[in-house]
Amino acid sequence: MILQTITFYLFAAITIAAGFMVIAARNPVHSVLYLILAFFTSAGLFVLIGAEFIAMILVIVYVGAVAVLFLFVVMMLDINFTELRQGFLQYMPIGGLIGIALLIELIMVVGVWQFGPEVAGHAVPQATTDGVTNTEALGAVIYTQYVYAFQAAGVILLIAMIGAIVLTHRTRPGVKKQRISSQVYRDPKTTIEVKKIPPGQGI
Amino acid sequence: MDNPFVQDYVWPGLWMLGGILAVMLPVVLAVAIIIYLDRKIWAAMQLRRGPNVVGPFGILQSFADGIKLVLKETVVPASANKGVFFIAPVLTFVLAMVAWAVIPWGYVNGVKLVISDINVGILYLFAISSLGVYGIIMSGWASNSRYPFLGGLRSAAQMVSYEVSIGFVLITVLLCVGSLNLSDVVEAQRNLWFFIPLFPMFIIFLISALAETNRPPFDLPEAEAELVAGYQVEYSSMTFAMFWLGEYANILLMCAMLSILFFGGWLPPFAFLDFIPGPIWLILKIAFFFFIFSWVKAAVPRYRYDQLMRLGWKVFLPISLGAVVVVSGFLVAFDLLPNKG
Repeated sequence: MILQTITFYLFAAITIAAGFMVIAARNPVHSVLYLILAFFTSAGLFVLIGAEFIAMILVIVYVGAVAVLFLFVVMMLDINFTELRQGFLQYMPIGGLIGIALLIELIMVVGVWQFGPEVAGHAVPQATTDGVTNTEALGAVIYTQYVYAFQAAGVILLIAMIGAIVLTHRTRPGVKKQRISSQVYRDPKTTIEVKKIPPGQGI
Repeated sequence: MDNPFVQDYVWPGLWMLGGILAVMLPVVLAVAIIIYLDRKIWAAMQLRRGPNVVGPFGILQSFADGIKLVLKETVVPASANKGVFFIAPVLTFVLAMVAWAVIPWGYVNGVKLVISDINVGILYLFAISSLGVYGIIMSGWASNSRYPFLGGLRSAAQMVSYEVSIGFVLITVLLCVGSLNLSDVVEAQRNLWFFIPLFPMFIIFLISALAETNRPPFDLPEAEAELVAGYQVEYSSMTFAMFWLGEYANILLMCAMLSILFFGGWLPPFAFLDFIPGPIWLILKIAFFFFIFSWVKAAVPRYRYDQLMRLGWKVFLPISLGAVVVVSGFLVAFDLLPNKG
């Protein structure tokens, strides 16, 4: 157990430090890289509590796809750091006030937090019965009990995707495109003409 | 010796360390050998002689190159972002190595040879290979130079596009297996290797693997004719060697994935060849696929960038998405699903 505890504190400390550096780093690209580190160590925490499927999906979706696009966009930004810092003092009172309000709310919520009486005495509940992997158990629940919620989530994502494409897509006039199908279906009869050249005369 | 600490931590730790070394050292050695073989195969197809000076038949060429790179000076561009600049090659190398942890090598004397037999092995491999893009993007950005930046941008778009179709191909294989464990994937192919029923998926995976490892004809991130060498331009000495090692270790990994997912991993092609141990079969299959990779490199010209994107999004994505529907429909209709109930 001690090894798990050490690993937990290691991952947790790195996650928090990386999360702090996301907002503290001066360079936005470094911020995104710290964000990726935070995602990755959270995946490690998921593995520690035995949710290996969610951990892998977290890495594949967030680190492997979403964060790549983040990095892609942030790398291309042309940011002037001195200009960015100019408004800092001006907005600090408001920002600080909001931060303190949030902190007080969090303390109030967490301070009165009580576990239900049926939870308090138990160990961590076992999610799956023996012989069934997490992945199978998750699939069995998602596609039966929660199938409508799952499908609804899928439809919402699809609509978001279509919306993003419709909003950003613009057709520019005069763009030259390669039409592969028309290239493939070109008929030799209409494109090539074989000329018989009599010797000594030319065309 | 009876100390519980020694029993619980020291021996398992040493056992694990030994396993890691037993996989990692052969992989690094294999990288040195396949770089030599790659150059030899390429040379043979172009009627050249290839490396033939260092050692018999030039077999020590990779080691000579390695020593040369170690002894050279590391040049860091003045305007580079130093930290990220050095993390990028290390990341590429480490990611190429950690993926080998879940590759099952078969049974020798009834002992299963695998460092970590986790039950989400395929997802682990997919996750690690999707992280590989960071080494390239980070090097492209940190070099603070035009060619590496263009190379990094190209590779980001390319690797993200082809991962999508790789993911769907993996799903079709998983539908036939009913488990995410790589050993189960191999065991499910005892009667029929998956490249026979899933032949189109095998081809898509092979081509996507070429794109994912930035091999020709999809080597746009380092296209030497237009981008000099893309993201590697500013790297020298050991940092360059680490990119090189990581790249070839990734190629070997993709060959291993092809063997495990479609060609029965450690299983022999015919049952009477069972006396040859599993690891040898897997190594032979990896070597076979590496030959195909080299062959493609010598035979096919580089794709244009828009053609590459078209192939990924307009050809492979619809086909592999349709294949998921067709394969699952077929399995349900003929009652062939592996996990019923």
